[in-house]
Amino acid sequence: MGSHGIRDRVAIVGMGCTPFGEQWNKGTDDLIVDSTEATFAATGITKDEVDAFWVGTAMSGASGMMLARPMQLHDKPVTHVENFCATASEALRNAAYAVASGAYDVAMAVGVEKVKDSGYQGLVGAGKTPTDGTGRTLTAAAMFAMCSPGYGKKYGLDEAQMREVLARIAWKNHYNGARNPRAQFRKEVSMETICNAPLMAGGLGVYDCSGVADGSAAAIIVRAEDAHKYTDTPLYIKALSLVAGNCSGNADPDYDYTTFPEIAATGRDAYAQAGITNPREQLAMAEVHDCFTPAELLIYEDLQFAERGTAWKEVLDGTFDLEGALPVNPDGGLKSFGHPVGASGLRMVFEAWLQLRGEAPAERTIKHADRGLALTHNLGGYPGEMVSFVSILGTELG
Amino acid sequence: MRGIISAGGYVPYRRLQRAEIAKTFGSGGGKGTRSVASYDEDTTTMGVEAARLALSGAPAGATPDTLWFSTATPAYADKNNASTVHAALRLDSDAGAFDFGGALRSSVGALRAALDSSNTVLVVTADQRGGLPTSADEAATGDGAGALLVGNDTAGPVIAEYLGGASTTEEFIERWRTPGSTRSRAWEERFGEVKYAPLVEQAWNAALKAAELSPEQIARVIVTGMHSRAARAVGTRLGTAKEALVDDRSATVGNTGSAHAALLLADALESAAPGQVIALVVLADGADVLLFRTTDAISAYKPARTVASQIANAADISYGKFLGWRGEAKLEPPRRPEPDRISASVSGRTEDWKYGFVGSRDRNSGELHMPPARISRVGDTVDDMQPAPMADVQGTIALLTIDRIAYSPSPPTVFAVVDWDGGGRLPVELTDVDADSLKMGDRVEMTFRKLFTSDEIHNYFWKARPVR
Repeated sequence: MGSHGIRDRVAIVGMGCTPFGEQWNKGTDDLIVDSTEATFAATGITKDEVDAFWVGTAMSGASGMMLARPMQLHDKPVTHVENFCATASEALRNAAYAVASGAYDVAMAVGVEKVKDSGYQGLVGAGKTPTDGTGRTLTAAAMFAMCSPGYGKKYGLDEAQMREVLARIAWKNHYNGARNPRAQFRKEVSMETICNAPLMAGGLGVYDCSGVADGSAAAIIVRAEDAHKYTDTPLYIKALSLVAGNCSGNADPDYDYTTFPEIAATGRDAYAQAGITNPREQLAMAEVHDCFTPAELLIYEDLQFAERGTAWKEVLDGTFDLEGALPVNPDGGLKSFGHPVGASGLRMVFEAWLQLRGEAPAERTIKHADRGLALTHNLGGYPGEMVSFVSILGTELG
Repeated sequence: MRGIISAGGYVPYRRLQRAEIAKTFGSGGGKGTRSVASYDEDTTTMGVEAARLALSGAPAGATPDTLWFSTATPAYADKNNASTVHAALRLDSDAGAFDFGGALRSSVGALRAALDSSNTVLVVTADQRGGLPTSADEAATGDGAGALLVGNDTAGPVIAEYLGGASTTEEFIERWRTPGSTRSRAWEERFGEVKYAPLVEQAWNAALKAAELSPEQIARVIVTGMHSRAARAVGTRLGTAKEALVDDRSATVGNTGSAHAALLLADALESAAPGQVIALVVLADGADVLLFRTTDAISAYKPARTVASQIANAADISYGKFLGWRGEAKLEPPRRPEPDRISASVSGRTEDWKYGFVGSRDRNSGELHMPPARISRVGDTVDDMQPAPMADVQGTIALLTIDRIAYSPSPPTVFAVVDWDGGGRLPVELTDVDADSLKMGDRVEMTFRKLFTSDEIHNYFWKARPVR
């Protein structure tokens, strides 16, 4: 028994990512074709050379045929995966394991979501499972909103201080997103505007919530020893960690909404797989699941970027800014890049792909790309009951 | 001895200031307030609340053999509403549950039938009254419920012995409404007044004669009926002492129709002394007179929550909100998809949880699981849980949040993470609160409510409300 990981056994050799946003003129099929064709074009690999496919979507389709039909795949194995907002990471994870197992030489992971066809703002749940009507009806925004008073109470921050800290996170992600041509929101937003935005749930305003967007991203995975056949600059998978929570947090009187145990567990597991002992010093950058600003604040501590109770100070000090000691969400994050549920996990990997290989636009290039390691963190669910995923990617073997 | 073992009256938390009606429309309304059922209440949920109060005031062992539910404004036709009340009260499956349907008179009929039977009967009555904006009914009526546990003293101490009763009946068109309509219609007022007077006189005299009582011996007399002018006139002609006539709560609650007799009787019992004769006179397409005498047991009777305290603990709602809740004004719905109808088979499987708010507690670790679980989240024991009834357990708010974007028939939604007395936690929706009026550490209790209606199926479940 043990989580051994597949460090350095597989590599990403090509990626594609569509712009994220309200794409009224594109359907799910269009988004799939756009991200996969971009990936093929970047690598020179053809669809017939890919041996197996994994497609992630949370609410825009079902079965492997949702990919085989628009891409016109002939006699290929295609698996549909879903794991809430961590769906695209799940596609990557399964494709990577399939190659590591030796079952296939070349695998493709695709994440896609078309959320703007529902006629409603925000996400409308995919679940159509018949129920007894007793389930909680609270939105994710309201659930994550409880982390703010929880954190403030524990570490002695009043409402105004918490407001400033959370706004600073949104401000940073908008700053970064303004430098990203693929992002949904490409404008910097002032602290004042963020703090005075209309309230959505609890103390969270509009700018504390991620953008709701359509989009797709894709990656091709091969064995590490084959990587240089396709590119001079592959990204090696150092760690993949996933935890599906047992949903006990909201039933546990000791849970204080200042940590996400599932995230802390995936962080520890991923660092062990990758041999990372000091993530803050060793990582060049991180993409984390900033679905709501309090989530990003708590993630800093759960992933050991900051000591418990100190992340709020680090936020105000600019530690996680583009120019900071450890840039977090240099592409703008869910906040500014937008959040097509089943695509976001691969979008995070796409930013690591650009930054570590020196392909990010100059205006948002991170300082420490030479550290050669990036982390992506993707979650699905709510405080107390979530799926968490962490990957670590590196430019070098060993 | 047979009579009433315990009683419970339920008055919803909200009040409409009648003066607001005339301020809005230039007519209608009047003085005082009327009670208003919340958007998530109906006659079934109000009946449950009254029945819970009645049963919590009853001695252990005084459990109903049967439950009779009566309302003129049922949540369902065809489907038995009493079964929902039965489930929420967690009565045994061998206890019957029957609706007494339709007419305003059915409630006093159910009560009289219970008094005349030999079983332990829980009589539950509820009504939600109103009318078109500016109508007399809109202002004068109210919403509420009353429940009476009727039985022999072998089941438990009887606090009010039944001395007998009399009824008179005559066919006349005085007040009417066809099924599905929210508006009652009435004939010219004088007609009813003239019709009711002799019917009441006849029943009154017959009841007193059979019980060998004279009017001066009646300590408290409750006169109620939707024809308020007739009821007022009758009250002065019964020959009882002037101070015997009890306050019909029309200034604060309003007339709760088919629930009003039981509500006022519960109210009167809460302040009665031993040895007092109480007369209940109901005007509804005839007249019914029921006579009771309080016993020594009433000295020890401690109602869980009196009608008077519920009248005192109330909060106003605006007339606009009232019209929206009643469907008299059609308001813009939240821009979220409406919920799907609930599944009958899932709801059937989870009856104890959904209707009874029963979780499970791990016999080994003591951990509470809501909804009930098979494998414990602490210790991982399998299928070793006992039922954990939580409907009557209070809790403390650990964290709370206001959700302005979730679907609700009356946004915003207020949710709290509640730590239960005795251990365990669950996030629950709050009701009967104004957003921003709560804080961490506040105390809450559970109440049975209707979350939404989809495909004409009502989705009943439990919410929390502040302990007041």
